[in-house]
Amino acid sequence: MENITNAITLVPLNHYILLSSIIFFIGIIGVITRRNAIVVFMSIELMLNAVNLLLTAFSAYRGDAAGQVFVFFIMAVAAAEVAVGLAIIVMIYRNNNSIDIDLLNKLKN
Amino acid sequence: MTVTQSLFYFLAFVAIFSSLLVVLAKNPIHSVLYLILTFFTLTGEYILLNAQFVGIVNIIVYAGAIMVLFLFVIMLLNLNVQTEPQKTNLIKFIGIITGGIGLVVLTGSLKASDPSNLVVIQNVDMGLVKNLGKVLFKDFLLPFEIVSILFLSAMVGAVLLARKETK
Repeated sequence: MENITNAITLVPLNHYILLSSIIFFIGIIGVITRRNAIVVFMSIELMLNAVNLLLTAFSAYRGDAAGQVFVFFIMAVAAAEVAVGLAIIVMIYRNNNSIDIDLLNKLKN
Repeated sequence: MTVTQSLFYFLAFVAIFSSLLVVLAKNPIHSVLYLILTFFTLTGEYILLNAQFVGIVNIIVYAGAIMVLFLFVIMLLNLNVQTEPQKTNLIKFIGIITGGIGLVVLTGSLKASDPSNLVVIQNVDMGLVKNLGKVLFKDFLLPFEIVSILFLSAMVGAVLLARKETK
């Protein structure tokens, strides 16, 4: 067990922050540039996962177990969000025969 | 460079590459498959951090449940057509510039802050199921129960939304 921890210690915290912010902003770019509602949803999942990775890295860095419990709660909320969101997408498809999010401007008129 | 270090950078590279492909792939099914690859690489990162509970839950919840839902909806709606409408090039350009500027600001502030320390794992068995279960059921018992109510309401909402309306 000691060998494992000694080997893990060699990655700087900055690299974890950099990795999660890159994945987070890839998710943001996906939300802005895609028109398919399902791909937009997947980009949101990417952003949630980036936050999860950052929370876990900080939790291991500080030695505080609360961060990993927060990750568990984020996963639970993401699962609930996906269930409701995909139901909404199915309903949009049934009404519009498409899941193009640019068609969803009916509240504007 | 030790084995875990090179494993970290390899997994980080694969994660960034596959999450780029999630956004860039034309076919939604390919997007889902690349997203599953991203989740598996992130699970590898969790295991490198010795957060085994989070890694296992990540596989079970994300790759097991959420991705099956995504694939199911895509196949149900018959969305595997390559010719989906694209946004205009102007909006794509604006989106990439926006995301890029945000990333530059974050990394710039990261560089301006203190030089980073190495991630030293303080207590080895913190991320194991035994320890996390104790924390979850002692300190976070009320949020845990509230999450179950959230799941119940999400289930009711999903069934209510996806039901065919009978008039």
